[in-house]
Amino acid sequence: MTLLFNLTFFLYLFVTVSYLAFFFNQNPKIQILARYGMVIAAVSHVGYTVVRYLSVGYTPITSNHEAVSFFALAVCLSYLSFRWRYQVKNFGVFVSPIVFALMLVAYFSSTKVVELSPVLQSLWLPVHASIAILANAFLTLAFCGGVMYLLQEREIKGKHFGMFYTRLPSLESLDNLNNHCLTAGFLLLTLGIVTGSFWAEQAFGTYWQWDPKETWSLVTWLIYAAILHQRFTAGWRRRKAAILAVIGYIVVLFTFWGVNFMLGGIHSYAG
Amino acid sequence: MQANNIFILGVNHKTAPVEIREQLAFSADGTLPLQELLTSTGASEGCILSTCNRVEIITVSNDAERSPGALRRFLFGKTSLSDDEAAKYSYLHQGSEAITHLFRVGASLDSMIVGEPQILGQLKQAYKIASEENCTGAILNRFLHKSFSVAKRIRTETSIGSNAVSISYAAVEMAKKIFGDLQGKVVMLVGAGEMAELAAEHLINQGVGQVVVVNRTLERAVKLARQFNGKAAGLDELFTQLEDIDILISSTGAPGLVLKKDDVKPVMRQRHNRPLFLIDIAVPRDLDPELNNLDNVYLYDIDDLQQVVDVNKAERDKEAARGENIVAEEAMKFQQWLEGMEVSPTIAELRRKADAICQAELARTLGNLKDLSPKAQVSIEKMAGAIVSKMLHDPIRFLKAEDRHNPDKGERLAVTRQIFALDQDGDNGAEDE
Repeated sequence: MTLLFNLTFFLYLFVTVSYLAFFFNQNPKIQILARYGMVIAAVSHVGYTVVRYLSVGYTPITSNHEAVSFFALAVCLSYLSFRWRYQVKNFGVFVSPIVFALMLVAYFSSTKVVELSPVLQSLWLPVHASIAILANAFLTLAFCGGVMYLLQEREIKGKHFGMFYTRLPSLESLDNLNNHCLTAGFLLLTLGIVTGSFWAEQAFGTYWQWDPKETWSLVTWLIYAAILHQRFTAGWRRRKAAILAVIGYIVVLFTFWGVNFMLGGIHSYAG
Repeated sequence: MQANNIFILGVNHKTAPVEIREQLAFSADGTLPLQELLTSTGASEGCILSTCNRVEIITVSNDAERSPGALRRFLFGKTSLSDDEAAKYSYLHQGSEAITHLFRVGASLDSMIVGEPQILGQLKQAYKIASEENCTGAILNRFLHKSFSVAKRIRTETSIGSNAVSISYAAVEMAKKIFGDLQGKVVMLVGAGEMAELAAEHLINQGVGQVVVVNRTLERAVKLARQFNGKAAGLDELFTQLEDIDILISSTGAPGLVLKKDDVKPVMRQRHNRPLFLIDIAVPRDLDPELNNLDNVYLYDIDDLQQVVDVNKAERDKEAARGENIVAEEAMKFQQWLEGMEVSPTIAELRRKADAICQAELARTLGNLKDLSPKAQVSIEKMAGAIVSKMLHDPIRFLKAEDRHNPDKGERLAVTRQIFALDQDGDNGAEDE
């Protein structure tokens, strides 16, 4: 099991290094290497998750190690699903380091299996948690798109044509990327909150109990709702949308981790 | 050696001024003195490339002593230049140098604007004419086809031709960086001028949907609008049109600013923040430099566009260096092929291939017939060897034959090598001894 995790970890390291190397020297052979590497890493990662599921007996998404590893997998899979339909030049260069950073956190987190209290052992666990994390994954992609947009716009507006100008795609396609990922992320986030409250009703008898995670999820939800609302009504696109996607993501990360470490509550990862 | 039979005599924009080049250029109506080239220089194959920037005469000739002078006399015959002067204005490449030179020319590494794609088409046309006149043979056919494929390889493996190196193309490139696809976008021309019209033309070629022409005199606007199949409007309509356009190219002769920041700011809200690309190619400037500070407004003046051009030129030079490496690699390969284009190595290769097939088949057959007596084995081996030798007898005689009824040596070599697939990489199992 550990072996499979380590294999996945090093595959992501390889992919990240290849993508960065490609970004600098633009050798198409390295790009092909990175692309296939990403697919192989995803397969290996799915393999690891399945093996862990079989060995712990429930969906491995409750400890910090498990949740972060699953987060990384979700980013990787949503990236691949996105890439399968749209092509955004050098997107992988920005996504792969994030996936690797998440894997780094998972690598240094305890891989100990923690007993899950019977209250939480329900079908809602995989449904709620995987939807919520998938939402985070799409918001991660939106964050990458936002960063790419801001870098590209800075060079186009400032008229100093450095690294990013030739290597990043057009502002239009970065904005579209942002739009797609924000919409998908927002829908999944909504679904995550709804399934979470159904589960809470089943486990604790109440739909909503202002647990810190719940509160912060609501804050995140409101931020993204505002971004999308303004986008459709007032035309907050492009630069503003990109900035908000970056800011929103900081809140996402805080909801994912900060809440657990600082505020505690029923969502705290065991271990 | 075959390689040393290839000669290229040429003049280009670097070696000769236009006054000289125009005297040497061959007429553009497609009749080239190819037969005269072959007879006067004693070459067996020849091709002439003549464009406004260069004339290249490519020949294959056995007469290495006579060729340089004869080629120069052929090219400079119409001028009053002495042979020394002619030598000063031209370059003569032979063998590997000639190979590298043609590959560089075809790939546009030797062009005035490195990477411009026209030259390849001109080279293809030159080859077409020469081959239609039966002036090319085995060597030039392969040589020129190789130069096309080298050019193609460089185009796909490097981005030598992908960046804009003129102001009006730079405007298009920026528009694409901002809007992605230009399909259905609306461009407005304010004032008219050569560069503005050129930029508009490029934008239309890239799919821009509509052109609106605004001018101080409506009459001129109407005339220009007709040229682009667009709409005309008076200068007073500039602000009302601003809501619907995506790209604005301004080049009026007005002394002051035509468009200020405060004119555009409220429009952006009406536009729902759709981006606006403003191009100012007027001097003095028409558009308020402050406009660039508005969200989703991108203002480029002529210096900014020049900067794009400079960056792209530097990028092209870098890509050209990668192109040179490909040329060197391909020239080496072509030379290897040429070396094989001699009678004795071809015969040796042919024998080697046949022997390999013979040995492989013998091993298989004898492996299946283990209970054969040693004597029987030997006679089977002998038989197989005899079949191979007899089969090869005629092709080898054909290769060696120097009589008049046979096509020339290059042709014979090319045919034989093609029939027996001697130039294909990874011959079908014949090599696995």
